[in-house]
Amino acid sequence: MASHSESIIREPLITGKNITYAQITNEVLLPVENKPNLAWWIGFALASAGAALWVFSISWTFWFGVGEWGLNKTVGWAWDITGFVWWVGIGHAGTLISAVLLLFRQNWRNSINRSAEAMTIFAVICAATYIFGHMGRPWLAYWTLPLPNQYVLWVNWNSALMMDVFAISTYFSVSLVFWYTGLLPDIASIRDRAVGLRRRIYSVLSFGWTGSVKTWQRFETVSLILAGISTPLVLSVHTIVSFDFATSLEPGWHTTIFPPYFVAGAIFSGFAMVQTLLLIARKVLGLENYITMFHIESMNKIILLTGSIVGVAYITEFFIAWYSGVEYEQYAFINRATGPYWWAYWSMMTCNVITPQLFWSKKIRTNIPFSWVLSIIVNIGMWFERFVIIVTSLHRDFLPSSWVMFYPTWTDVGIFVGSIGLFFVMFLLFIRVLPSVAMAEVKLLVKTSSEQAKKKLLDEGHVDPEQAKEYIKSLEKYDSVDLTQYQKA
Amino acid sequence: MSSTKFILGCFDDPDQMMDGIGKLQKNSIPIYDVYSPMPIHGIEAKLGVKESRLGYAAFCFGCLGATVIFSIVYYTLVHDWPMNIGGKPHFAMPNFVPFTFEWTILFTAFGMVLTFFFATHLAPGRAPRVMDLRATDDRFVIAIDAKGNVPHDDITKILKDAGAVEVKHNERKYVSYE
Repeated sequence: MASHSESIIREPLITGKNITYAQITNEVLLPVENKPNLAWWIGFALASAGAALWVFSISWTFWFGVGEWGLNKTVGWAWDITGFVWWVGIGHAGTLISAVLLLFRQNWRNSINRSAEAMTIFAVICAATYIFGHMGRPWLAYWTLPLPNQYVLWVNWNSALMMDVFAISTYFSVSLVFWYTGLLPDIASIRDRAVGLRRRIYSVLSFGWTGSVKTWQRFETVSLILAGISTPLVLSVHTIVSFDFATSLEPGWHTTIFPPYFVAGAIFSGFAMVQTLLLIARKVLGLENYITMFHIESMNKIILLTGSIVGVAYITEFFIAWYSGVEYEQYAFINRATGPYWWAYWSMMTCNVITPQLFWSKKIRTNIPFSWVLSIIVNIGMWFERFVIIVTSLHRDFLPSSWVMFYPTWTDVGIFVGSIGLFFVMFLLFIRVLPSVAMAEVKLLVKTSSEQAKKKLLDEGHVDPEQAKEYIKSLEKYDSVDLTQYQKA
Repeated sequence: MSSTKFILGCFDDPDQMMDGIGKLQKNSIPIYDVYSPMPIHGIEAKLGVKESRLGYAAFCFGCLGATVIFSIVYYTLVHDWPMNIGGKPHFAMPNFVPFTFEWTILFTAFGMVLTFFFATHLAPGRAPRVMDLRATDDRFVIAIDAKGNVPHDDITKILKDAGAVEVKHNERKYVSYE
């Protein structure tokens, strides 16, 4: 039942006075049903410029080949695979938020899952472009599929790269299904408010959703099972991405802790990207009452936790390199920290291990500008992590005569910077045409976890005054709560 | 004979709507369906809607996916073209695990969701059979088939008593075909 009141000591997940179901629909659909504002157009123009750069650079690559990149005989994998792993990592938070947090019944996921899932899909699309890009001859991409060919050969199932093909394609398509199924009731809400052509388009997209009892019952079953299967899936994907490195015999890559370490890093960077996007989106789209300080603080706590796991992994790697007694392994790590790429290594260490520790301070993790800057720093750090793992391990291999440095060309840079533009084009279009907050799920919280429901509890006066005091104190951090109404009471 | 086809009790509060269902049931008035903008927990039990069997479908699809990909890998790697890689065994099961796992998930997800769409008649372009346009926004709607049911005024009264903000006597079943 919707009316069980929640304990007063839990912080509210929706703030604001007199929130009605209609108001949630109105506020969430505001950007969808109206013309975009100037901020959106500026963002879209910048993103489109980036996407244009991507189109140019990737076309250049396809036309002239991967020889246009800065790769050389020693460093045969560099910016491209760095970009791929970076984007796949970012693409982990969405499914984590929607699946893992659903299984753990963390209701705060309800207001952020939609945009996080959308972000996941766009990030995985960006990652996929790198796979096709680095194939050199992308029109032969079907060679990765187990199709009988004229040489009667099959694909190499023993290769981690083959596992990657299956993991990424499954992850992308299952995330898409999860996201779209969740969107159906909200698309139906837009449909029933729209007129003319818009109504017709949203009608097709809504699959004829009605919201009857049986539909909702099946919908909830489907959501729960999808969450249950997506949880191991999301963990498997980055595990398999780490196999690309871990199954090799390359010092610096040949590490058994890679799977959990990559997964933690992926969640770390994914939440950082969600934070980067949502801190802006809640302001621009006016969603302060739905994406509250509680959400921001919770995400910062996850960033702190996963950042610390990543930090422990870095140190463990270093220790094991020394402890293994293998001098090649030891050299790979000494070279990372003190060799010609020391600046990349220490950028990684600073951005991923040191600065996220600032989130131990409550003041900092509830400070919006600070959280935003730190989330960007995490994203930079995670890019450097992949660069360090990939390039510094390769550039000085077993033969000192073939030691080189890697220098990116403009094509490398263009593809990477351009893919960020591509990502933002997709994200900005998404917030214009689809609801960026899962309305149906947020409506579930109105009578239990909202500020007004708690206020009602307080006004009724049946709560422990000690707990009430605690609750009002917890509201101080919210930027969307008017505290004066509590001081009178 | 009135031309009313469906009587809709529109509530703005899910708990009052649940109350309305109880009152209708006490008066032995059959409920056609209930439409709401969000899932309402406990309503299935109240209306006697059977539990969803989609979980069984999901399990079967998962088994199918695992079998299909395991067979493909086995056929290609062990049977059709066994390759000698440093004398290692052809039937190296650990390498099969990631593929089998991924396709188990893939088949479960797609099989279950398509079954859901099929069973619920959800498909792109399907005309929405909506009785009240606000049922996807902020109204919790109880629909009662008007045909052969007790005097309509009584139903209206029961719904109003339960707290319905509006009771509609619709002459057509679905409003969304216009």
